[in-house]
Amino acid sequence: MFYREAGQFKTSYAADSAKFPIRQDLVAIWIYLAIGFLVIPVFGDKYFIEVIMIPFLVLALAAIGLNILVGYTGQISLGTGGFMGVGAYSCYKMATYFPDMNIIVLILLSGFFAAIVGVIFGLPSLRIKGFYLVVTTLAAQFFLEWAFIRIPWLYNYNDTGAINEITRESFGYIITGAQSDYTVKYLVVLSIVVGMTWIASNLISGRIGRSWMMIRDMDIAAELMGVRPLYAKLSAFAVSSFYCGVAGSMMVFFWQGSAEVEIFDYNRSFQILFMVILGGLGSLLGSFLGAAIIFILPIIIRAAPDYGIPIQAATADHISLIIIGVLIVVFLILEPLGLARLWGIIKQKLRVWPFPY
Amino acid sequence: MELFNQIFVDPFVTMYELPDLLLQTLWEGFVSGTLYSLIALGFVLIFKASSVFNFAQGIMVVFAALTLVGLHELGVPAYLALLLTLGVMYLLAFSVERLVLRHMVNQPDIILFMTTIGLTFILIGAGELVFGGEPKAMITEELGLPTGSSDWDVFGGIVIFQHIDIAAAVIAFLLILGLAIFFNKTRIGRALRAVADDHQAALSVGISLNQIWVIVWFAAGIVALATGIMWAAKSDVSFALQVVALKALPVLVLGGFTSIPGAIVGGLIIGFSEKLFDLYWGVPILGGGTESWFAFIVALLFLLYRPEGLFGEKHIERI
Repeated sequence: MFYREAGQFKTSYAADSAKFPIRQDLVAIWIYLAIGFLVIPVFGDKYFIEVIMIPFLVLALAAIGLNILVGYTGQISLGTGGFMGVGAYSCYKMATYFPDMNIIVLILLSGFFAAIVGVIFGLPSLRIKGFYLVVTTLAAQFFLEWAFIRIPWLYNYNDTGAINEITRESFGYIITGAQSDYTVKYLVVLSIVVGMTWIASNLISGRIGRSWMMIRDMDIAAELMGVRPLYAKLSAFAVSSFYCGVAGSMMVFFWQGSAEVEIFDYNRSFQILFMVILGGLGSLLGSFLGAAIIFILPIIIRAAPDYGIPIQAATADHISLIIIGVLIVVFLILEPLGLARLWGIIKQKLRVWPFPY
Repeated sequence: MELFNQIFVDPFVTMYELPDLLLQTLWEGFVSGTLYSLIALGFVLIFKASSVFNFAQGIMVVFAALTLVGLHELGVPAYLALLLTLGVMYLLAFSVERLVLRHMVNQPDIILFMTTIGLTFILIGAGELVFGGEPKAMITEELGLPTGSSDWDVFGGIVIFQHIDIAAAVIAFLLILGLAIFFNKTRIGRALRAVADDHQAALSVGISLNQIWVIVWFAAGIVALATGIMWAAKSDVSFALQVVALKALPVLVLGGFTSIPGAIVGGLIIGFSEKLFDLYWGVPILGGGTESWFAFIVALLFLLYRPEGLFGEKHIERI
């Protein structure tokens, strides 16, 4: 009823190819941004922002990164955890060498290191694809995990063998470390995620994104039509790893504070892959929806005893594993394009309501 | 120059000076290679018959072993528990076919692959929910498997053979022999090979694809159970084994996804090479622990040279 585009005329090419061609969508986006930037920092409590919002945003960014690779370019990867780790460790090293530099700049720079590593491990994708690529990305995952443990230089020869907490100021606020204010951290994370999502959506609708999708849909045909697989595939690996790397360093400095290697193990890769599958392959909105479901579902189930359902913590974890597995299978059977596609169907129904079509 | 020595000279000097250590390492490589081969065999069985890349095979190994031990803990006699576990694996094969595969005909392979990742997590959750998450000891003695070890004096040193390892090698051999006979001499085996060759042609001569899929998944389940018993006898039953089970992937890459001899040869190559590399190169130069990634890097380099594997069929792509 309210979601109807009658009377909205497009009078220019720019208006026709706008990101949100329907006015209601545009308004909705501004409302979401207002909620994110104004309402949540003012009214959200410490628990909600630190335990739910920051991790959700960080994981959503990683999911966008993986979605660029899996959903848009069709190169399946299980090395996400490793690439996130590269971002985190390179940011840590840079923060040690350049203590006066703004940490936000360092976090964005760390993405470039992840991108380089991503391109190196993406090289085999030029000769192989599909399941074989799973094996080579797993090679990246296990090799990087090993490197994070066995190369003490990476964690500054700490006794703990982990990334220690560091405290940095920028623009007059302490934004990392234990003394930092959670709203400041949240706003920094939100700004980075929103900015990078905007860049990603432009990349995808641009020339480079279209070449990724051509490679995904049929690589030989794309090659015959003049897309160079070398550039298309490696740029997808680079951009994807850049996003994962930034997500990884944000994960350490804004969410966890200090970090063991375990947070970048192959389970992390699976978690992000599930977000992409459930949310929707080839959809930015889907990356957020998937991150929300996969990350928040276990939290809700773990909170079940508070609502009077007597289950133990371990049991709750097992149940959420089963539910996530079942969700994956059910979604792949019924709606392989995930939650984003469901949302699209709902929108279509709303547009023609009250008529069926 | 020192590095050159470390890479090209020292390892071989050590091998020459301590031949018993070399023999011991080769034996260990052989044993773990057999186990990798067995897991890879389960993958190949399913991939040949349904072109599903079953990521859950590694978990099926753990799940089977866990069911066996869990049933025994509930007071079921060992051999009965073995039979019941076979029943559970059949039930699993049946429900996978009925609930999942049947609905996914004509989907792209990559979607099917992701489905099996989902299946993996269902199995992990279900296994831990029913039997608990803590590691359990395998019921080696109750199943009549040998324990203990014997020493062999050779080259002025001692090589130790665990009896369970010998049993594992023998059982693996028997299992592969049995599968070979099953595939080549029986009616169902012929049907399986027909399905592997061409789904539509097999359908048109009256072979039921659904039935074949159940049989294949059950066969993979049996292989998984055997692997699980052998593996768990060496360590404990826990889902930590799934990381090791992932090593079957490089084995498959080496051997080719559709080749049973490839799975065996690939498993042995990976088994030997990762043990040798870790002992002679990994520990002195890289500080050890290289077994976690060495197999994958070998597979990666190998893929660059020969993307279809040692025994795989070469693909010609068309539009």
